Amino acid sequence: MNTIIIIVVIVVLIGAYAGMYNSLVKYRNRAREFSSQIDVQLKRRTDLIPNLVETVKGYATHEKETLAHVVELRNSVTSANSLQDKVDADNELTGALRQIFALAENYPDLKANQEFSQLMEELSNTENKVSYARQAYNSQVQAYDTAIQTFPRNIIAGIHGFKEMNFLQIPDVDKEAPKVKF
Amino acid sequence: MIYEQIDRNKRKTYLIFFIFFLILAAIGSFLGLYFFDNLYTGIVIALIIAIVYTLITYFQSTSIVMQMNGARKLNSAKDAPDLWHIIEDLSMVADIPLPDIYIIDDPSPNAFATGRDPQHSAVAVTSGLYKMMDREELEGVLAHEISHVRNYDIRVSTISVALSSAIILICSIIGNAYRWWIPMRDDDRNNNNSGVIRLVLWVVGLIFAIIGPLIASLVQMAISRNREYLADVSGAELTRNPQGLINALEKLEQSTKPMKRVDDASAALYIDDPTKKKHFSGLFDTHPPLDKRIEALKKTFE
Repeated sequence: MNTIIIIVVIVVLIGAYAGMYNSLVKYRNRAREFSSQIDVQLKRRTDLIPNLVETVKGYATHEKETLAHVVELRNSVTSANSLQDKVDADNELTGALRQIFALAENYPDLKANQEFSQLMEELSNTENKVSYARQAYNSQVQAYDTAIQTFPRNIIAGIHGFKEMNFLQIPDVDKEAPKVKF
Repeated sequence: MIYEQIDRNKRKTYLIFFIFFLILAAIGSFLGLYFFDNLYTGIVIALIIAIVYTLITYFQSTSIVMQMNGARKLNSAKDAPDLWHIIEDLSMVADIPLPDIYIIDDPSPNAFATGRDPQHSAVAVTSGLYKMMDREELEGVLAHEISHVRNYDIRVSTISVALSSAIILICSIIGNAYRWWIPMRDDDRNNNNSGVIRLVLWVVGLIFAIIGPLIASLVQMAISRNREYLADVSGAELTRNPQGLINALEKLEQSTKPMKRVDDASAALYIDDPTKKKHFSGLFDTHPPLDKRIEALKKTFE
């Protein structure tokens, strides 16, 4: 009788342990999945930029500086190592792109260009995807961090070396219209 | 919050099943007593018709609803890039698969979501809405629809649409049979006390056969009214930007143009009442008034 009870207790404990361990792994993988999603979108965005620059070049020859700045920022996104650095660089790039979009107002031909408007849509689409992916990443990180900090999973997290993940720091996106200097 | 909502929707589904079962049983008892002189035959027939019809409607619901509303399916992002991309964004953040996307050619602004579950869902917007709203507002409206999908509201509404159209079908069958089919009875009524019970059942059943479709649509409307507030709030949570939806609802309020082609069964699905009837809020409204919804949103996100 006693042995049966002991066996049952052991089985239950192992089951609970395994369940909690697996849930931690699941949380961590989900957070990683979203971080890779951010990466994918950032890559897509930087891939679109050379096309944009080429299109704009044809119409707005005097805007060399703005275009050079965009290319520079694009390269800093691709060369950044940590996710946070990439996101930071991308935020700057967003500002520069807004300038290009605003600049299109001065070049009616450019604005009417099919390819340009397609690129604009693609770029703002990817920009939104980046921000939604960041949002999803942050809420997943929050779920993961809570899981590894709360009892009893914190014990398991400690044994297996689950480390806290950090939120992405994002400045509040300003909804203001971009300012263009003439 | 979202899981509570899903649980509540599952309970609601059972409640709907129960209410509709009662209505069906009452109608069936009339059917049985009048045409077959046997209570159970009628109930069984009514239930079989209802189950078969409901199952067919349930599994075909998306294409039926889309057809009834004259919607055409988009095949790729090229057909309406911003619309497609916004839905893509929102399903990513809501963590559901990409729904099918439809456009209804109608100048009146409106939108709805339908389907069984997030794996089988569809979102439709009118061309009027698509033209009228800017990106932020479109995002607000679509977030509202995506939360219907994520919260399993679409399942509740599909089931109630399917069940109430089954009831309407049975009642119209009875209505036709009533005219053409002379019931067979073997005798004058047995004059024991079961006669009274039979008479009561017969009368109750008759009443339900007449007002059954009405009750069915009342239940459906009550469910739908409640749902809209919740979808507004969880939609705004999804985008982290309640202002988009608030602006969109204000634009919907300003537009008084009703939709050209409104099918009663799917009127409850839309984000705003497609008939644009302006009257005091009552039992027959499928939607709470827009200004109340705007107010509720503002209060939540103050």
